[in-house]
Amino acid sequence: MKILVTAKRVEDPESKIKVKPDGSGIVQEGLKYKINPFDEIGVEEGLRLVAKHQGEVVVVSIGGKEVQEQLRHALAMGAHRAVWVNHTGPLDQLGIAGLLQKVAEKEKPDMVILGKQSIDDDQNQVGQYLAEFLGWGQATFASKVESLESEQEKNKVPALVIGADGKTVRVIREVDNGLATLECQLPAIVTTDLRLNQPRYASLPGIMKAKSKPIEELTPDKLGVNVTPAIQVLKMSSPPARKAGIKVADVPALVEKLHNEAKVV
Amino acid sequence: MPIVLIIAEQQPDGNLRKATYNAIGAGKQLAEKAGGELHIALVGKDPAKAADELKGYGAKAVHVGAAPELEHYLAETYAPALATLVQELKADYVGMAATAQSKDLMPRLAARLRAAMATDVMGFNGSGADVTFSRPMWAGNVFAEVKLTTPVKAFTLRATEFPAAQGGQGAAEVKTFTPKVEASKTKFIDFKEVKSARPELTEARVVVSGGRGTKGDFKEIEALADELGAAVGASRAVCDAGWVPNDLQVGQTGKVVAPALYIAAGISGAIQHLAGMKSSKTIVAINKDPEAPIFQVADYGIVADLFKVLPELRAELGKLK
Repeated sequence: MKILVTAKRVEDPESKIKVKPDGSGIVQEGLKYKINPFDEIGVEEGLRLVAKHQGEVVVVSIGGKEVQEQLRHALAMGAHRAVWVNHTGPLDQLGIAGLLQKVAEKEKPDMVILGKQSIDDDQNQVGQYLAEFLGWGQATFASKVESLESEQEKNKVPALVIGADGKTVRVIREVDNGLATLECQLPAIVTTDLRLNQPRYASLPGIMKAKSKPIEELTPDKLGVNVTPAIQVLKMSSPPARKAGIKVADVPALVEKLHNEAKVV
Repeated sequence: MPIVLIIAEQQPDGNLRKATYNAIGAGKQLAEKAGGELHIALVGKDPAKAADELKGYGAKAVHVGAAPELEHYLAETYAPALATLVQELKADYVGMAATAQSKDLMPRLAARLRAAMATDVMGFNGSGADVTFSRPMWAGNVFAEVKLTTPVKAFTLRATEFPAAQGGQGAAEVKTFTPKVEASKTKFIDFKEVKSARPELTEARVVVSGGRGTKGDFKEIEALADELGAAVGASRAVCDAGWVPNDLQVGQTGKVVAPALYIAAGISGAIQHLAGMKSSKTIVAINKDPEAPIFQVADYGIVADLFKVLPELRAELGKLK
């Protein structure tokens, strides 16, 4: 089983994001970067599936030289090798999915696992675009139902189960008002939701080993993809700041405010 | 004249999602700005009855596509079915309320139409051919104004940012079309509904949420929610701890809500939680720690133990009736 997993470079989710005064982007100084948390869950799931079914996890990232950091992180977790699509400059989801399509056609994986969204753009699109471009089945928002910390966890049906014939994957998905289960023919696209698994820490030997694992370099030109964006971000702004609120002394005072001032009860 | 097509969503029981009416309201706004007309689409196994309900909402036409293969929602069957209509109509804009279903479906449909897409749109700016979309990035820490340059422009809409369309506005023509049916590489196995007597989180007018401070005891949260006819929410910490089901999670990685009133009890206010609720009209924070970040976004705060405040609040609110 060969699993291709994405590893986008994003701002640390705990960072305070500030917009530049001219609205042209965000303030980069002082920011730390990480692998997109949803992608990290994808790497973990890929590793678990390969541990069970043999094969390899290939990790892919698109961006300048700096994305090698995220590729190395995935390699340190245990991914076998990496593909780096070297591109600087703006990209939109059509471009990203176009590049990933070519990488997938080259690698011919049984499954591509992507985070359901990246925590910078929050678009939640690439997996679905990629599935359509490839003509594959899709199961988005793969998730486990129960808490990852619970005792029963070990006995739960995993969210991703490969069929006995190795030709299908059954996926539990978190949707509005409940859980949906789908069965996709392989190859298929799966996108991860937050609670699918708890990604492992990279071990010291893992980190050492990662240094010698291969990273293949590709470019949009080599892949024959025009990545001129069709989405233009014209301006960024900070959301309107909330007016500083007040602390009230007791419950009757609160209810009075809610009733007469805010008029919400 | 530009055509704005809004896709209506049916629940598994056949009823329309409430957010569909907000999406129609948004579609109306967009049609006005773009100088175009509004159309509504609905596909499924037997969507005629639901389509009939949409006649009075001011659209030029309601388009209904029925096929037995569309019984269970799948992106792989719904996308081609809807793509036929978008192409026949020559729609310029195609949108849907941002729900789990639309977030699964719309990018697949957009890919088929080679359309750029904006997710979670909160408003429209400009006019005519220069209409732009405003949407959140970085968990709502940034609002971006984006322009889509493909001939067809796709989007999902944050329902709570748009007023629900009102019925009784004449009768739109109901037109049937034959959806393209394609074999799917994915099979629907089952859907397990989490049944609740309370309103859905993203659609509720009032949300009462509990955090770590509840120590997993949600009885008072639930009792207050029931007093207010509210939905129950939770912070990521309590979901991860397994104290409440995951689908209650409010936050960047859970659900984004913007009710008229949001009551946060025992929630400290981590960035990722604030991203999911700070668009609420009025926010109340109840926390023992006066330094908790939640107080920076709350309109009204009480520094006290939630187990003392919530029952008292419930009693006081009861008196208002």
